[in-house]
Amino acid sequence: MNLLSKQRRLPEAADQHHDPRAPISIHDMTVAYHRRPVLWDIDFAAEEGRLIGIVGPNGAGKSTLIKACLDLIPKASGSIRIYGKPYKKQRQLVGYVPQRESIDWEFPINALDVVTMGTYGKIPWCFPPRKKHRTAAYEALEKVGMAEYAHRQISRLSGGQQQRVFLARALVQDAQLYLMDEPFAGVDAATESAIIALLKDLKARGRTVLVVHHDLQTVKSYFDDVILLNMRIVASGPTATTFTEENLRKTYGGKLTLLVEAAEAIARGGQENR
Amino acid sequence: MTWSWQGDGTVILVAMLAGCACALVGSYLVLRRMSLMGDAISHAVLPGLVIAFLITHSRGIGAMLIGAVVVGILTALLTQMVARYGKVEEGAAMGVVFTILFAIGLVLIRRATDHVDLDPSCVLYGNIAHIYADAFHGTPVALKNLAIVFALNLVFVVAFYKELKVSAFDPGLSSTLGINANLMHYALMILVALTAVVSFEAVGSILVIAMLIVPPVTAYLLTDRLGIMLLLSVVFSGLAAVMSHLAVIAFPVWFNTPIQPDTSAMMTVFAGLFLAVAIVVAPRRGLASQAWQHMALRLQIRREDILGILYRFQEHLGDETAAAMPTEELRRIFGHGPLTSYALRSLRRRRLTVKIGGSSLALTEKGLHRAERLIRSHRLWETYVAQHSDLPLDHLHEPAERVEHFIGPRLETALREEVADPQADPHGRSIPSGHPEKND
Repeated sequence: MNLLSKQRRLPEAADQHHDPRAPISIHDMTVAYHRRPVLWDIDFAAEEGRLIGIVGPNGAGKSTLIKACLDLIPKASGSIRIYGKPYKKQRQLVGYVPQRESIDWEFPINALDVVTMGTYGKIPWCFPPRKKHRTAAYEALEKVGMAEYAHRQISRLSGGQQQRVFLARALVQDAQLYLMDEPFAGVDAATESAIIALLKDLKARGRTVLVVHHDLQTVKSYFDDVILLNMRIVASGPTATTFTEENLRKTYGGKLTLLVEAAEAIARGGQENR
Repeated sequence: MTWSWQGDGTVILVAMLAGCACALVGSYLVLRRMSLMGDAISHAVLPGLVIAFLITHSRGIGAMLIGAVVVGILTALLTQMVARYGKVEEGAAMGVVFTILFAIGLVLIRRATDHVDLDPSCVLYGNIAHIYADAFHGTPVALKNLAIVFALNLVFVVAFYKELKVSAFDPGLSSTLGINANLMHYALMILVALTAVVSFEAVGSILVIAMLIVPPVTAYLLTDRLGIMLLLSVVFSGLAAVMSHLAVIAFPVWFNTPIQPDTSAMMTVFAGLFLAVAIVVAPRRGLASQAWQHMALRLQIRREDILGILYRFQEHLGDETAAAMPTEELRRIFGHGPLTSYALRSLRRRRLTVKIGGSSLALTEKGLHRAERLIRSHRLWETYVAQHSDLPLDHLHEPAERVEHFIGPRLETALREEVADPQADPHGRSIPSGHPEKND
């Protein structure tokens, strides 16, 4: 049960596990929903200026990993550092692109409003966005080829266009590290290539991007590094050496029966099936 | 009944303040898809009021507000807990929490009424008539309280406009930007509780729910800008207040009865009327606009079908020069209804067809061009389907007849590339050449 208790170690003690130069480093993180662990013992450190794909079967905990990094769901144990400091102190450095389905697209705002939200982190509480913020938002829309739709209500955009609006919003955040949850889901070919061009551009400017991805065909051509995830990290590292058939089999094939069973037992609160 | 500024003016002001205060916070309930929370909180605060009364033995507004806010927050918290640990959806959790809290309030109120007049029906239905009477002995307390709550809501909604917007739209992003979405949620719940309690006295708890939801939904239908939605919802609440009280005054005259209906009930009726009108006339989402779009589409399809027939007729005759078809024949094919008549007229007006010999119709050059494009789409589609499936030939025409109206230049180019031999369709008829052009 020690596994699931809240971290009691002092924060300083955790720092020795983290490389302060890493855009994000995760040490021994476990995440549980209703006590049922969905991610076990995650250890990972990203290298700056890389495009990193997170790949794994349904229910592997890909979105959970991203949300836990952003403090959107609590960790059962473990620690995370963004450039050597806790996330709370480094919010400004991290941009987030949520899943498109998580949003109510009927909300009465237009594309420009959504992108302008990316600047809210830089504006003090109770102050409205100024002209320079709106200009920045408009330029980001131009960059993703959506300027002509700036004033259109967001439900009247196609899926690919909605995703571009989300990316434009991430761009105006001007973060060092981006966490993106399935940006390629349900977009057309034109949007897919626009997104990948954008990711390459971010990389060229020294940004680090973690992307939850589900199209195995494109992993090799899109990402420098890859995390193969199935409740735990099966393998991670440069795509060329990590994205191997054997590792894929370990990730997708054969269930990790013992992990699942142990998780069930913890959720039930008992030890083993008796 | 005669108009009195002191009495009627006060009642209208009270109703306006209550309605507008509700509309401001209610808009965000609607946008967060938690309209039921207004219902829940406005019922659940009852035990808070009663307990506050039992402790302080006064109906002072301070104690009442504290009691209401505490229970309001408790409702939001309990709802989340029941949803999580009871593993039920949030709506069910809300239903469980507020009905039980309300029932506890009803039980406790018996104990309280032994001591003082705390009338359960007043909580449910409000007592705007009292305010009318009070107005003649100085400013009624309800008016003062409502003014304060309205001002509070207004300041909240204006000052935290950006924070409310992002936390309602995308709580995840909001929290990563440092705008705690949970904090905004509870701030909103506190204001809903305050607003509900203070509005009770004027309009009663049942009608508070209506004023929290109905004007914002009306506004939501009419605009796709958040700021305008807030403004409209306040305007509709205000209008409903004024019109309802005027209607109340006029009611005995109209219906020749000495009885006056309740202003707060009338106000909800008016809010409902506004909503009904909005459902019909709303741009894009409204019934009228949808019917209009549907008609316009049907007309366009009918026009294009007529062009198609004229083209095929001309093709059949093998005549390059204009072949005319009797209008009567076209009417026989497409029906004698007004849609055909209008389509025929608008084709002539657009110079796509021309009348020949008084009662026959032929394609103009422009019309021929348009018809070619349509037939091209039709036959390309048939060819495409024939090459990609083994449907019998007689299954091809009908769907193509429908699809042809919706194939734009981009899709047409794609079809042309997909189809192996874009010269003839599966029936052996030639596919008109020419290049896809922009829809005009």
